[in-house]
Amino acid sequence: MTWSPDKRRRVTLIGTFSVALILTIMPFPVWAEPFRPDWVGLVLIYWCLAIPDRVSVGTGWLLGFLQDVLYGSLLGSNAIGKTLVAFLAVRLHLQLRMFPRWQQAVSVFGLLITNQLLVLWIRGAIGQAPETISYWTPSIVGALLWPWLFIILRDMRRRSAIS
Amino acid sequence: MINIFGRSFGAPSNLTRLILLSILSGTLMVLDHRGHHLEKIRAGLNLLAYPVQVIAAAPTQVFHGIADFLTTRGALRRDNEKLLAERQLLLAKLQKFETLEEENSRLRRMIVSATQVTEKVLAAELIEVSSEPFTRKIVVAKGSQDGVYVGQSVIDAHGIMGQVTQVSSRVSRVTLITDAGHAIPVFDNRSGLRMLVFGTGDPDKLKIPYLTASADIKEGDLLVSSGMGGTFQPGYPVAHVVKIINDSNEAFLTVTGKPTAQLNHGKQVMLIWGNKPARSGDTRK
Repeated sequence: MTWSPDKRRRVTLIGTFSVALILTIMPFPVWAEPFRPDWVGLVLIYWCLAIPDRVSVGTGWLLGFLQDVLYGSLLGSNAIGKTLVAFLAVRLHLQLRMFPRWQQAVSVFGLLITNQLLVLWIRGAIGQAPETISYWTPSIVGALLWPWLFIILRDMRRRSAIS
Repeated sequence: MINIFGRSFGAPSNLTRLILLSILSGTLMVLDHRGHHLEKIRAGLNLLAYPVQVIAAAPTQVFHGIADFLTTRGALRRDNEKLLAERQLLLAKLQKFETLEEENSRLRRMIVSATQVTEKVLAAELIEVSSEPFTRKIVVAKGSQDGVYVGQSVIDAHGIMGQVTQVSSRVSRVTLITDAGHAIPVFDNRSGLRMLVFGTGDPDKLKIPYLTASADIKEGDLLVSSGMGGTFQPGYPVAHVVKIINDSNEAFLTVTGKPTAQLNHGKQVMLIWGNKPARSGDTRK
């Protein structure tokens, strides 16, 4: 392809984020719903670690906002969570890049839990907090998926030569 | 570089942006939750989300299409026979119902009551997309151009499913009775006891708080919507009581219910227009 590097990067970013957003509202059987990871959060964390000067807080906010629109949830509740995740990921990107893969997964778990906790507080404040312990499973599933997702996204990044 | 009062600033740091965007999110949340100032914007945004929802629902749609195509002749014939038998049964019941309805309205006229029994019903297709994890919401392909309004009751063949909470011109979002924070006023069909049924966020579980040990309620009781508060249509089944725990250390009974409507399957729901009663305060917004 003869696209400019700028255009290549934009297409890759928009592509991966769109897929993540569609995966979050893809129909799932009810019993499997707790096992759906936070795709948007995972993809956002990856890009924050890979190109922190391009993808950071602003992108996080926009993605969270789009998620709110698709979910029909309180506008701003996921936006604030994703902003915080992006901020922390960018702040820690130098350490996280050095970590072995499993340790990275543990840190990603921490980031995802932070996001969930913030969203839970907000939902609790408006009286819509879920009362099941399985609320936390998406973060665990997300952390377990991280190493594989990391490899897939890294290959995509190398193929489109983004740095 | 931005120049303010002679001092130059670089591009805002991530921390500054985090704080600014958090304030923006906070403002949005307050506006959305407290004042409902964003209804118009919301409707527009929901309309923009519609194509994405259709794309996300497409694979399941195709899958259903293939499954339909592969249905055998034998299965169709069996289904047909079963449906015909069911129809006979329902028609037989309906004969009785019509005379009862007539009698009911005559009696109501005698006591000068304005309530009507007949209601307008519209069937709506579900758009199969997931909502936020651990919320119970569904999206239906009917909107304000079909006359759908916020607060409208949504039912299926077995009982009340929930109420419409967001409307745009072509799609609307329905909050199910199992959503955490949702409440619906009901009465016990056996004893007439009035109570509130709350959602828990669990797909199959409802809770009924604030009942004391002396309350006349039994396992297996049918709870029927009472229409109090003016949001839900009265007289539709809502839940069965499945479990009552009487712990003497607690002030109230722990009562668990199971929705009668099939909230997790089915591809169609029904929107009902009753005679809209005066809205005397919502149970939920």
